[in-house]
Amino acid sequence: MCLAMPMKINKIDGTSAQCEAGGLTQNIRIDFITDAKPGDYVMVHAGFAIERMSEKEALENMELLEEIKNAL
Amino acid sequence: MLYDSYFRKPEDAALFLEKIRKYADQTGPIRLMEICGTHTMAIARSGLKSILPENVRLLSGPGCPVCVTPSSMIDLVLDLSQEPGTLITSYGDLLRVPGSTQGDSLLARRALGGKIESVYSPMDAVEIAGKHPETEVIFLGVGFETTAPGTAACILEAASRGLKNFSVLCLLKRTEPAIRSLIEADDFAVNGFLCPGHVAAVIGADGFSFLPEDYGLPGVVSGFEPADLLCSVLELTEMIARKQPALKNEYTRLVRPQGNPAALALTEKVFCPAPSDWRGLGHIEGSGYAIKPEYAQWDAVKKFSLSPEKEKNIPGCRCADVIRGVLRPAECPLFRKVCSPENPAGPCMVSGEGACAAAYQYE
Repeated sequence: MCLAMPMKINKIDGTSAQCEAGGLTQNIRIDFITDAKPGDYVMVHAGFAIERMSEKEALENMELLEEIKNAL
Repeated sequence: MLYDSYFRKPEDAALFLEKIRKYADQTGPIRLMEICGTHTMAIARSGLKSILPENVRLLSGPGCPVCVTPSSMIDLVLDLSQEPGTLITSYGDLLRVPGSTQGDSLLARRALGGKIESVYSPMDAVEIAGKHPETEVIFLGVGFETTAPGTAACILEAASRGLKNFSVLCLLKRTEPAIRSLIEADDFAVNGFLCPGHVAAVIGADGFSFLPEDYGLPGVVSGFEPADLLCSVLELTEMIARKQPALKNEYTRLVRPQGNPAALALTEKVFCPAPSDWRGLGHIEGSGYAIKPEYAQWDAVKKFSLSPEKEKNIPGCRCADVIRGVLRPAECPLFRKVCSPENPAGPCMVSGEGACAAAYQYE
């Protein structure tokens, strides 16, 4: 039941948003994502976006792993 | 944009493993515990256990919300499903969990005429209630801190719509008191924790800093892809070898130190910490959420004056020991004999995130 899925927001209507992942669309709630915008990526868990995901943070995370992997 | 493929690259595994091996040679046998059902499944699916050095063991802890729900609560829900005019809604996993009698689940009750619906989101249950004012719709709210804010939002939605036929049976749990109880038990033998990434997304990575601060144990908040898991195991092994326990965050692309304040505010608005019963761990103070008195109208416990009976043990089932990480699924006498995903005796075999279901499918 705890399977979370990253999705892209297409349209926003109040606290609801139409999201997309892998060619499928789904209506989810964005009650606790402040200032969500179409085009944002969010992690969706049981019908609610729990957090926003940014490109910058994804790249930083990759750098972190590279650092740990290559450390002596 | 999500760069998922980066975290799934098989060629990196060798580099991580080499380093894990180097540290594991210095540590002697170590036991690492994950406390998240999605980690349990991700680890099983990636085959991680089979490639790690022999002295690094991964154990599943009380991380599957369906598995830690006591059978007395399932029995209570089964009784509730027989009430005329009620509709029970919950996530699919919970519908398959047997109560204290093998084979007796909500799905079995549906076959006997009980009104039971599986939903993907708690908001679906609110919508059903809105469309069927003549039916008492009860949502079984299971989960940890990740699911609590959404469940809170549903209660607020029902309140704002003035829905009188919707209520939540709150089975939500808080991870920290359960982990503390596990650590303080006599048979505790774990050297570090893989901390749940999606719980941490809500409560913040700092929510697990009690591990090094209060118990001198290392913890790593981890993502769910193979590279995330390998990197987190490496960080744990290194901290153990260097005897420098700390709390690290490997899942920085999602998890902030303080979590999601808006989600936490919703949880706090509707719920307060309350004592809760766990399968395997028993009664733990402050380990559950209760619906605050101002929302009592949407609290199924109060609305229907519910009180669970005493916990009955399922004969032979060792889920309680599996949940505490003291027994491997294959060591349970029922495993693969009378307990299988098709006919589960206990909850760890039911849930897609249960340790026994993962072992049955992948080991």
